[in-house]
Amino acid sequence: MSLFDHKLNEIQSMLHKKEITIPDLVDESFKRISAVDGDVKAFLTLDEENARNQAKELQESGKTGILNGVPIGVKDNIVTKGLRTTAASQILYNFDPIYDATVVNKLREAGTITVGKLNMDEFAMGSSTENSSFQKTRNPWNLDRVPGGSSGGSAASVAAGEVPFSLGSDTGGSIRQPASFCGVVGMKPTYGRVSRFGLIAFASSLDQIGPITRNVEDNAHLLEAIVGVDPYDTTSANVAGESFAKNLTGDVKGLRIAVPKEYLGEGVSEEVKQSVLAALKVLEGQGASWEEVSLPHSKYGVATYYLLASSEASSNLARFDGIRYGYRAENAENLIDLYKKTRAEGFGDEVKRRIMLGTFALSSGYYDAYYKKAQQVRTLIKKDFEDVFENYDVIIGPTTPTPAFKIGEIIDDPLTMYANDILTIPVNLAGVPGISIPCGFSDGMPLGLQIIGRHFDEKTVYRVAHAYEQATDFHKEKPEL
Amino acid sequence: MTRISEEQVRHVAHLARLAVTDEEVHKFTEQLDAIITFAEQLNELDTSNVKPTSHVLDMKNVLREDKSAPGLDREDVLKNAPDQQDGQIRVPSIIE
Repeated sequence: MSLFDHKLNEIQSMLHKKEITIPDLVDESFKRISAVDGDVKAFLTLDEENARNQAKELQESGKTGILNGVPIGVKDNIVTKGLRTTAASQILYNFDPIYDATVVNKLREAGTITVGKLNMDEFAMGSSTENSSFQKTRNPWNLDRVPGGSSGGSAASVAAGEVPFSLGSDTGGSIRQPASFCGVVGMKPTYGRVSRFGLIAFASSLDQIGPITRNVEDNAHLLEAIVGVDPYDTTSANVAGESFAKNLTGDVKGLRIAVPKEYLGEGVSEEVKQSVLAALKVLEGQGASWEEVSLPHSKYGVATYYLLASSEASSNLARFDGIRYGYRAENAENLIDLYKKTRAEGFGDEVKRRIMLGTFALSSGYYDAYYKKAQQVRTLIKKDFEDVFENYDVIIGPTTPTPAFKIGEIIDDPLTMYANDILTIPVNLAGVPGISIPCGFSDGMPLGLQIIGRHFDEKTVYRVAHAYEQATDFHKEKPEL
Repeated sequence: MTRISEEQVRHVAHLARLAVTDEEVHKFTEQLDAIITFAEQLNELDTSNVKPTSHVLDMKNVLREDKSAPGLDREDVLKNAPDQQDGQIRVPSIIE
């Protein structure tokens, strides 16, 4: 049994009773990493010396708090001062940030200890973590399968027991899909809930940072620690802070659940469907009711997303020019040549493909037909959700149409890869919160249940997720490694 | 019918400041054509009276007081520069 099989409140109680120390927790993390990360390959960079020193300092300080002294892994697109941050790209292979992301500052205040940086698809573009320019992370449940992406390292590290929790980022499903594939809990908060300052931007109108954990209660605690308005991010929302963890009452009596027929339709595997229907039965047994509804524009989500996200990315990634930081190509003839060579050598194929798509969609003569059109369809998708939320408290469906696929299976087929995110993308386009929690297995691979809420109603999403979790044991299963 | 030509791909690559080989132009033309063809399903929808959404939150301008504050430390900034000289970032000649 690992220390990380305990929930945060149990860990704090053990610390309080002096059954364990904070250095023991950090030791547990590095022991597990050295035992299994050669196979899982979740971490890109470790920060062992600093982590061990911090553990000693925190132990001596007498500081307390629900997150205090607990090791955490951070996705490598979140900047950490003095700790290499690459976004899994060659163009940032040696980047040494000179400030901390707002979430990293907040974690420090809460007393977590960052043990290292986690692998991802390059610039968060991908659904399998195969687009990392450094290494392929493998699914702890079956090393031949992908962990999902883009926060593949964040989900795999938690599933493998290397850290009790981690931070990921989600632009079109990048927290929820890997959480589903790895059998852990992943929350994409409402757009604006968490500051994006220090998150290396992919698509600024969609990106959100969120927590990945082994259970719902810990997830609520971790989100509480990182939310809030931030003067450095003008899109961070000034909404009152609230306790998500305190509201986990286990009570869902009278809850009205909407189940979009599009989420159990074509392309969704039979086992996934059955696991969702079984989950709805559990919630029914607890006093909730559900009805089938329609989100009629769901099928346009993927096309809308790839046009918008790629357009925003083509603009955001213009900053990587080889001048101020990161990789610079040699033997350039002039400045333009320097930009072109640096970017050609520094970016991987998927990143180039999306920059090209976005540049095309924004270019003169095509802007109205592609970019503006996609923005209009986004309005329709957002309205689908608003309509349903007039009569229902949450929307429930699967997180992904299928369990984790094999490494190498679809990497050469961008459109099939994009289709993986068909059930998660609309949530980002609408800006609402969504969580993925374990709800079963298919051939030994975990399946995820997606619970979606109203803007800034993470509280209800967590309450439903927690009630379901109390009634089931899927989240207690661990991969054999 | 193809939606995008190799010539267009070369033009877009230039706008995006990406050097591309002939082989890449060929590959990207095929892949972008498939993606754009897929994206054209959006034309099934009549959006003539739909306002575009660029941002999901109902948010107006966010202003702060205009007052000076210390900038980044020069040494810190130069730490990540690929090439530097006399406290400045060095780049290739930009005037022909």
